[in-house]
This record gives sequence, C-alpha cells and structure tokens, in this order.
Amino acid sequence: MLLFVGRKLAQTIFILLMVSIVSFTLLKLAPGDPVQMALGSEYSQEAYASLTHEMGLDQSLVVQYGHWLWGFITGDWGRSYVGRTPIFQYAFVEALPVTLTLAASALFLAILIGVPLGVLSAARQDTILDAGTAALSLTGTAFPSFYLGILLIWIFGVHFGLFPTMGFVAPWQDFLDGVYHMTLPALTLSTYFMAMIVRLVRANLIEALQQPYVAAARARGESERRVIWLHGMRNVLMPLVTVLGLQLGALLQGAVLTETVFSLPGVGQMITNAVLNREYLVVQAGVMMTGCLFIFVNLLVDLAYPWLDPRLKPR
Amino acid sequence: MSLQMSSSAVQATSRPLVELEDFSLWRQNRSVLDGLSFTLPKGQNLALVGESGAGKSTIGLALMGLLQSQGVKMAGRARFDGQDLVSLNARAWNGLRGRRLGMIFQDAGAALDPCFTIGHHLAFPLRRLLGLSSRQATERALALLESVGINDAKARLKAYPHELSGGMQQRVMIGIALACEPDLLIADEPTSALDVTIQAQIVRLIQDRVRMQGASCIFVLHDLALASQACERIVVLYAGQVMEAGLAEVVLGRSRHPYTQALKSCVIELDTAALEPPPGAAPSLDRMPSGCRFAPRCPRASERCTAEKPPLQGTEAHQIACWHPG
Repeated sequence: MLLFVGRKLAQTIFILLMVSIVSFTLLKLAPGDPVQMALGSEYSQEAYASLTHEMGLDQSLVVQYGHWLWGFITGDWGRSYVGRTPIFQYAFVEALPVTLTLAASALFLAILIGVPLGVLSAARQDTILDAGTAALSLTGTAFPSFYLGILLIWIFGVHFGLFPTMGFVAPWQDFLDGVYHMTLPALTLSTYFMAMIVRLVRANLIEALQQPYVAAARARGESERRVIWLHGMRNVLMPLVTVLGLQLGALLQGAVLTETVFSLPGVGQMITNAVLNREYLVVQAGVMMTGCLFIFVNLLVDLAYPWLDPRLKPR
Repeated sequence: MSLQMSSSAVQATSRPLVELEDFSLWRQNRSVLDGLSFTLPKGQNLALVGESGAGKSTIGLALMGLLQSQGVKMAGRARFDGQDLVSLNARAWNGLRGRRLGMIFQDAGAALDPCFTIGHHLAFPLRRLLGLSSRQATERALALLESVGINDAKARLKAYPHELSGGMQQRVMIGIALACEPDLLIADEPTSALDVTIQAQIVRLIQDRVRMQGASCIFVLHDLALASQACERIVVLYAGQVMEAGLAEVVLGRSRHPYTQALKSCVIELDTAALEPPPGAAPSLDRMPSGCRFAPRCPRASERCTAEKPPLQGTEAHQIACWHPG
C-alpha cells in the first residue's frame, strides 16, 4: 500500500514538473520583452542592463527555470507588470477561492440532482420518466452554459428579481449571502455535468443491475431499494469518480465563461483579463494553478481506486 | 373434531413442497417453458437435467421470483408449500426469498458483490432477516462458514470475494444461501464453474447441509451421474418441455423416452460425466415445433409426433411424454 501511494506520488511530481516546464516555456515564447515592458517607453541602457540582471534574465534558461520554480513553490510568483501587485496575492489568495467555490457548488448541485435522476431512469428504464430525463439531459449537454447563464440572469435576476446577477460573497464569511450569490452561477455551470452524471449513472447502473451479484442479492431477500443503492451504486462509484476527475478540466473551462457572465472575480476572469492585457506572468500563474488542481484531483482519484474497487487493492 | 385435526395435520405433512402443474412461461411472447408438471415432496432432492437452453435455469429463477420484473408471463400453477407463486406480489416474494427460498448460482465469483466482504454478505441474512445482534451474527457467521468447510473462518469474514478460490467462493455462497435455514434451496449448476476435482465435493456438501437442515434442494445439472447420486427425483427437460420424470433410479435405469436414452448413450459412449447432445440442435425459441419439441431430432418420430404434443403420462414414480416410448 505504501509502495502504491509512493509510486503515485512520484508520478504526480513528474507530471507537475512537465506542466511547470510547459508553463515556463509559455512565458519565454511570449512576444514582447518583460524588461522593456516594465521600464516603459523611455529608459537608459544602464537601467535596462541592471533590471535585466535584477530579474535574472541574463542567466541561462536552466538557472532561470530553477529560480522561477523555487519562487513558484515558495509563493513568490512575481509582480504584475501593470499594477506591480504581487501575483500570488491576486491569483492564489483572491481569485482561486472564488473559482473553487463556484466549481464545488456546481459539482455539488450536479451530483445532488444528477445521481438520483440517473438512478431513477435506470430503475424505470424505458418509461416516460426515463425518456423525459434523457431528453432533458441531452438538452443540458447541448446548451452552451453562457447562454443558459444569460437566460437565468434575465428570468430570475431581471424579470423576477429573485437572485443577484453578479458579484461574489465568500460563503465562509456570510454563508447565506454567499449561497444566495452563488445560486445562479452554480446552476449555470452545473447543467452540463448534471446531464453527464445522469447519463453516466443510468448506463452504468443498468449494466451493474444485470450482474449476477445483483440477482444473488435479490435471491438473498434484499429489497429492491437496497439492491439498487447498495449493490448497484457501490459498483457505479468507480466509473463515476473516474469520469468526474477527468472532467474537472471541462469544469474549470466552464468556470471561465460562467465567471465572465456573472462578473465573478475568479481565476477565469483573471486569465481572461490577463490575456487581453498581455500579462503573461498572470496567465502563467493561472495555467499553473489550474494544472496543479487538475493533477492533484486526479491523484486523489487514483489513490481512491483501491477503496472504490477492492480488486485493485495492491498486495 | 380431533379426527379432523389429525387428518389436516397429515395433509400438511404430506403436502408437496413444490408443485408445478401445467406451468408455462413466455418471454417476449416466446414460449420458454411449456406445460411443465412435477412435484417435489418435502425432504427430497430433485434434479433438472437437459441440454443448455432446455429451460432448467429458467425454472429455478421463476421459483425464486427473479423473472417477474423482466416482462415474463406465466400461466398454470406453481405452488410452494401450498402457496400459489404465479400470483404472488413483490412484497410477498421478498418475504419468501432468503428466509424460505435460497439460491446458489452457477458462478459464485460473479454472484458475490466484488465491493463487499464475505462478512458483509453474511450480515444481511443474519442481522436483517434473523435480527441477530452484531455479536450473535458474527458467531453464527463463523459457525456457518465452518459448517461449509471453510478453514480460518475469522480471517475469511474480512476477505473480499476475489481473494478466495472458486471452490471457497461456492462454499461461501452455500453458507449465505442456507443462513436462514430455508425450506428449499435451488442450486443452479453449482459446479459448472469449478474444477472437476471439487465438483463432487461441492454437490456432496450441498446434499449434506440440506439434509441436516431438513430442507429440499432442486439441482439444475448437466451431469447425469451427479444427478442420480444427489437426488431422489429427476426431471428430464428438452426445449422447455418435460420429456421424462420420476424416481432417479427408474428414470435413468429404465428410461423409456428416446431423448433420455440418447442422453445416457452419450455419457456411456464418451465415458465421461459430461452430457453431450444427441445429433442435431435444440430448436430456437421463435421456431418451436408445434407437437413434441424433440420430434425433429427423434429417431422414432412419426407424423403424430409433429402434429400433437404427447401428454405426460404414468405414475409418480415414472412419467413419460412420448407417443412411442421404448
């Protein structure tokens, strides 16, 4: 077991290094000279040279990479060219929690509604209920989330005035107000995943319910509810968690659009603004954060496998 | 008054445990079982034999009430201890399964949920159905596992199904199925997924346990020799019809139906226990012959056989459905 965890950790660290190299290269390949950008339009040759030295840009690429990586790990992510504010504060302390809250709320909603709907359509296979759920979930997948966001803003925000249409309140400071502000964005972002979960649960549960161990559970006298939720869903957990882990990238992408529509100061909005302003350091910080998040979550999924399916338990 | 009571008591004890009468079953409007009749007295074992596709396993599943949700229609009579099974609702089935009816499956490895330990599998019948406390349940679970020949039962309780060998898995299945001491055990080809060397062991184990608990067992088997060893009664099925039925030694020793005779000759010719089909193939479900379903492959078939279904005739000890019994 320890060996298994150790191997997974080593793998993860290797992948993280690859991501960091790509991320670093992005900065190097970006057009424009950071020294020039920082100095503005008028500067002396000495000032240019001293700043180049100060920023470490006169050293070899490998050394620069090492410096940059160490800085990234220790929370020194540089300063934005425009505002000269520390990027770590801006990206990690301020923007990331917003995106995490949005993504977690959307995922929570998607699971809360998607799993029971999937179970219901699997248990009532080929009924009107099943067909209705299928149609609804197909619509959910086909609809672009920004359009749904605008629609929700128009209906619930403008027309009925039930929910705020923009802004972020941290739920850990004011829980109710936080949830209130997060409702429409989370609903917008969750539709795609809800639809995906419904179809995934339905297909996998139907397959699981045809397994001999389900017939055997019924033969033992277990109730239909117990058969579905215990033996059925326990065996659906593994494919469900796997797909959710892999779809985290799509979730973060969706968060970019949702944050833009609802004016949430999250990583998505941060990256969008940074790209528009050519703030490569900020873009890089965003790429590193989302990359690390994705890899970290999939590490958790990998580590959960032996628990999700005891047959995968290392000896 | 006392005379009446004693006569009803006699009736109760002589009432057969399982009684099928002209029992038919359709799946998606295709006839799977056609007019089956047989009885199983309490305390006896019965073997259903025949080629694959004869409907043996379907009978087992129907008696467990596991087909009702799959668009299956039934007609005729099927009784379990006097209770009509054809009209039983889902709730009543749930009351029978596990408590009074137990089932052992062909592939125990697939019939045990891979995500749960052996102990968890045993906990359901012991704690939920019998209502034992967790300590009592553990004690009973250990005793059960030991009674089906599992060593180191304590460690096995914490094991997952894939950590046991095929023979062990089947022993565990037997233990689970018998946990509530059911009156009827249905063993659906309990040995076909196992090594030849342990097949006889497992059948003997089922036989012993069933006898100890005063229960009955319906074996679904491929193997004629095993069937005659383990069971008092044999029902020979072909394409969903009973060909020949009765006491094991009569059906096998003095078989008169051409199909049973063909089955026996296969065994003797090949000198193995495996059951090889006579020449030709069993009819598919959507193209069933209207008369005797064995007629197209039967050496003795006449025009009457293809036109008219022969009725099952004879005594309790020996029944044959054939126009030209040998």
